Amino acid sequence: MSARELLRSEAKRRILIKDGPYGTAIQNAKLAAEQYAGDTGLADDQKGNNDLVNLTRPAVIREICDDYIEAGASLLATNTFNANRISQADYGAEGFVREMNIAAARIIREAIDEATARDGVVRFVAGAMGPTNKTLSLSPNVEDPGFREVTFDEVKDVYREQAGALVEGGVDFILVETVFDTLNCKAAIMAVRELAEDLGRDVPLMISLTLTDLSGRNLSGHTVEAFWHTVRHADPVTIGLNCSFGADQLRPHVQLLSGIADTLLMAYPNAGLPNELGEYDEAPETTASLVKQWAEAGQVNILGGCCGNTPGHVAAMARAVSGMAPRIVPEPSTGMRLAGLEPFTIAA
Amino acid sequence: MADTSTARFVNIGERTNVTGSARFKKLIMADDYAAAVEVARQQVENGAQVIDVNMDEGLLDAERAMTTFLKLIAAEPDIARVPVMIDSSKWEVIEAGIKCVSGKPIVNSISMKEGEEPFLEQARKCMLYGAAVVVMAFDENGQADTRARKVEICTRAYELLTGFGFPPEDIIFDPNIFAVATGIEEHDRYGLDFIEAVQEIKERCPHAKTSGGLSNLSFSFRGNETVRRAMHSVFLYHAIPAGLDMAIVNAGQLDVYDTIDAELREACEDVILMRREDATERLIDLAESYKGKSKQDEKEAAEWRGWPVEKRLEHALVKGIDAHVVEDTEEARAAVAGREGRPIEVIEGPLMDGMNVVGDLFGSGKMFLPQVVKSARVMKKAVAHLIPFIEAEKEEGAKAKGTIVMATVKGDVHDIGKNIVGVVLQCNGYEVIDLGVMVPWAKILETANDNQADMIGLSGLITPSLDEMVTVAEEMQRADMAMPLLIGGATTSKVHTALKIDPAYEGPVIHVLDASRAVGVASRLLSDTQRDGFVDDMAGEYAKVREAREGKAKSVLLTLEEARANYYDAFLSDKPAPPLEPGVHAFEDWSLADLSDYIDWTPFFRAWELAGTYPAILDDEVVGDTARDLKRDAAAMLDRIIGEKWLTARGVCGFWPCARHGDDVTIHREFIREGGREEHVVLPFLRQQIKKSRDRANMCLADFIDPAGDWIGGFAVGIHGIEEHSQRFLADRDDYSDILLKALADRFAEAFAERLHQHVRTDLWGYAPGEQLTNEALIKEEYRGIRPAPGYPACPDHSLKPILFELLDAEANAGLSLTENFAMLPTAAVSGFYFGHPEAEYFGVARIGRDQLEDYAKRRGVDLPTAERWLRPNLD
Repeated sequence: MSARELLRSEAKRRILIKDGPYGTAIQNAKLAAEQYAGDTGLADDQKGNNDLVNLTRPAVIREICDDYIEAGASLLATNTFNANRISQADYGAEGFVREMNIAAARIIREAIDEATARDGVVRFVAGAMGPTNKTLSLSPNVEDPGFREVTFDEVKDVYREQAGALVEGGVDFILVETVFDTLNCKAAIMAVRELAEDLGRDVPLMISLTLTDLSGRNLSGHTVEAFWHTVRHADPVTIGLNCSFGADQLRPHVQLLSGIADTLLMAYPNAGLPNELGEYDEAPETTASLVKQWAEAGQVNILGGCCGNTPGHVAAMARAVSGMAPRIVPEPSTGMRLAGLEPFTIAA
Repeated sequence: MADTSTARFVNIGERTNVTGSARFKKLIMADDYAAAVEVARQQVENGAQVIDVNMDEGLLDAERAMTTFLKLIAAEPDIARVPVMIDSSKWEVIEAGIKCVSGKPIVNSISMKEGEEPFLEQARKCMLYGAAVVVMAFDENGQADTRARKVEICTRAYELLTGFGFPPEDIIFDPNIFAVATGIEEHDRYGLDFIEAVQEIKERCPHAKTSGGLSNLSFSFRGNETVRRAMHSVFLYHAIPAGLDMAIVNAGQLDVYDTIDAELREACEDVILMRREDATERLIDLAESYKGKSKQDEKEAAEWRGWPVEKRLEHALVKGIDAHVVEDTEEARAAVAGREGRPIEVIEGPLMDGMNVVGDLFGSGKMFLPQVVKSARVMKKAVAHLIPFIEAEKEEGAKAKGTIVMATVKGDVHDIGKNIVGVVLQCNGYEVIDLGVMVPWAKILETANDNQADMIGLSGLITPSLDEMVTVAEEMQRADMAMPLLIGGATTSKVHTALKIDPAYEGPVIHVLDASRAVGVASRLLSDTQRDGFVDDMAGEYAKVREAREGKAKSVLLTLEEARANYYDAFLSDKPAPPLEPGVHAFEDWSLADLSDYIDWTPFFRAWELAGTYPAILDDEVVGDTARDLKRDAAAMLDRIIGEKWLTARGVCGFWPCARHGDDVTIHREFIREGGREEHVVLPFLRQQIKKSRDRANMCLADFIDPAGDWIGGFAVGIHGIEEHSQRFLADRDDYSDILLKALADRFAEAFAERLHQHVRTDLWGYAPGEQLTNEALIKEEYRGIRPAPGYPACPDHSLKPILFELLDAEANAGLSLTENFAMLPTAAVSGFYFGHPEAEYFGVARIGRDQLEDYAKRRGVDLPTAERWLRPNLD
């Protein structure tokens, strides 16, 4: 059975649990700059380059992954949010993009294979690709709205490099997450579809949007429904929302997406909103009780955590939704579904 | 709520297309992208659902022009909200364009012109980029001209595309519209071939769509706009039912099918549908006469066009003619600019003068609301033209007489009255900030404070809105506000305002009876000399109302027990037989043409504040002219609504066995699918408690139901689809058409209720199979049985609606939903219960006592404060 089919069949039986963030946990490990850099010989200060840790301190990543497995997660993402050429340029570490993605994938692959050998539970690795820090839809220059810092083909090539390395390292899916610019996401989709064609096999996508305001639009201005219209050609194995705000604020948008998307729905909100100090202090039980409401309403297939969540949060979620029925994927609509920033449908 | 983002037929504008618009081409050639972006903005504001962008011009670097323009419009949220059609004959241009578009666009077009291989390669790319495609009916042998070739190429392309996984719903076939009536015999079939091909392609290619470029059709009549417009309209009239989903057409180049001169229409139809041998010659002959005729007509009608510009503007405002207002305004502006004046002077000068004439005529009863709203449309268009100039000078806007924040309160969706008042105030120089419907109090207060408004106006139609208005008043008090609060809407009254709202707020509270009073109230509130006196007068009047209420000997109430003892003793053996068709019946799309025969026009005129009974009102000495004009406009819109299927009438009704238990009617519902499980649904009704004279009964709806077993019915109907058109009118600053449409939609909903009730009596329940009543007789309710609505006098509790909706599954069966205060969505909707007993009649429950309130709360299963809130209008 392919990873796509296996995930679908697992998701029919229960609500699956995804892991939480790596960034906070890596910071907790309090690595020094030279520990980040390891023996890479990189000239710039690498402190804070969490993606490089896959190469230089793999044991740190493995430990975090094991904590999430222990907490009940069966979908584990790689620690590769910024492991792309554009983001790594900030650290002068572009040369290590391929290696850090391969290493990141292998760490998680090994961890879950060992766990599965112990307990027989089916687990999956998703290769995470963040949005990069450049946007294809917006001009950084207010005086010149037609200007763009990057081109579609450049972004596509950047994603192609990262996705290729992740697949080489053994991931089951490519997770395009925290999508703030829909056109960046389209470039990522194109990159992964071309990769799949070249490899001659399916490379299933997972896509996760992030909203920048409570009315339900991302940074490039797309509504949740318009976003779904725009990316459904990717035939993603999951669609969903992550980051943005806490589960409470995310609720109406999860509900909306759940009703229209004819694929599995994955949501991993932040642990509430940050406090005055920028810290997340929502208790695991609180987050869990909020996401449980989605499960009760039959709106989710996969739940996990984004910023501020800990293995404790993930464990609380797993307990809260254990035994509950997963969302039933709706039948696809046959209307012509177009989109600008807003959706537009021509009736079937 | 109806989904406004779903369309059945799409007009794709060609104004951002260098091959379709000379002006756009000029702008792009001159590198004036800022102005070109404005063309796109206007197109979207005017209601374009998709914008077609084409830069195919020999002297242009099309790829650069395409990407530059697409990136620029991506930065404009009011343009970028709609999907883009990337239109080019060059694949390189298309692919460069796709890479700049962030939503899901349409590619126009690809074809098998160069063979299957490049076609499939381009289609695969489109799929990976996530674009829908227009596929031209074009292959290695050329463009398809006959029906057979069109169908053959399209079905072949469909097989190829779906064969490699291209989603069929993302395919649009363009089977080529060619010129007809060219004098070449082979061209005669082109129109009919297209229409027939569309039908066959839609049948053979499931989920695929069809499109066409319309302007080719009438190519041989270049220069004769009347004939071209007629041909386009007639063509669409036949092609859309055949399955045409979209067309590229200048929307200004279309006429309403029914308004086309019958002779011309028939001649066009003869040509397009190939109905006669000599069709082409006849149309050509006829076309000649239209060339001359239209010019002569224009000359006659345009006498006033020779007047000085100020007079022309005044004339346009008074007569409500918007055809030339933009050019006249521009002329006035240029004249003002020529003498170094400021654009604002056009507003303060000729436009305000014209509106003052309108205001005087309205104030003296020589003009009526429909005309005033038309004048406002003209004014809005003139002002819209001036605003860019005013802003360019960074001048202050025209100094409004005052700023009014208006809103329909939370939980309520009705806005016809509020819109009328808004228009009347705007006509009179007030700035109106209209927050729309279902507006929470916080937003009203915030907007009023942020804009330093001079007053707030609240509106509502359903009774729970009265409570919400009290809440707004209380919150204004809590926020220490002092601005006047205006109260209006069908359920509001001077008494309610005096008793409930005025005491809640220390600032001035004024009940405004109707739109014609709004200006008087506003101007007095803003007058330095009159304000205090007016406010004191009103406060005094409300105090008097309260005192009178205190002192008034209230009608004597019986105890609930006594009232029940005096129930209405119906002759129960006359109860109707069980329904012929029990259970729930849904009607997806009742014919609007059928419903139009059931419209009761009297309330329509009342909505426009024209008093009188239809049809006598048309000959009324005072308002007859206005009423006739209004009726004519209404009839024209009615034709379009029906002909172009603007609206959809969805409804549901059902019948259930039941029995009376005291004042409750208990419905026995059987769930056949769930093994015959029976469920009881209780409908609690209210009983009159006011002591009756002589031997009249204290009525309750339950009295018409047999305790030993009987039947009751229910229904809910709604008119869907107004939003799309309403938005189009508002984008065009056409409040007149917007209000007209909403008023007609309301009439359709009532007509549907009437028609469905008749169908129930004669067929579904079938207790009056032989009934034959005229519409007049129906309006006078000369039939057996009643259909009381929750929230109206016989069962005043709106909260029965959720129970009724659940029984009918009105959401699934008729697309109807309820707001938190039980207003129905869509707004044009009616629901109620059916009582079939011959003695059943309408009555008003009126005031009830505490004992019934407590009893009702218990029966209804809610706590006392909730019941109190629901029944407030029936309590003291």
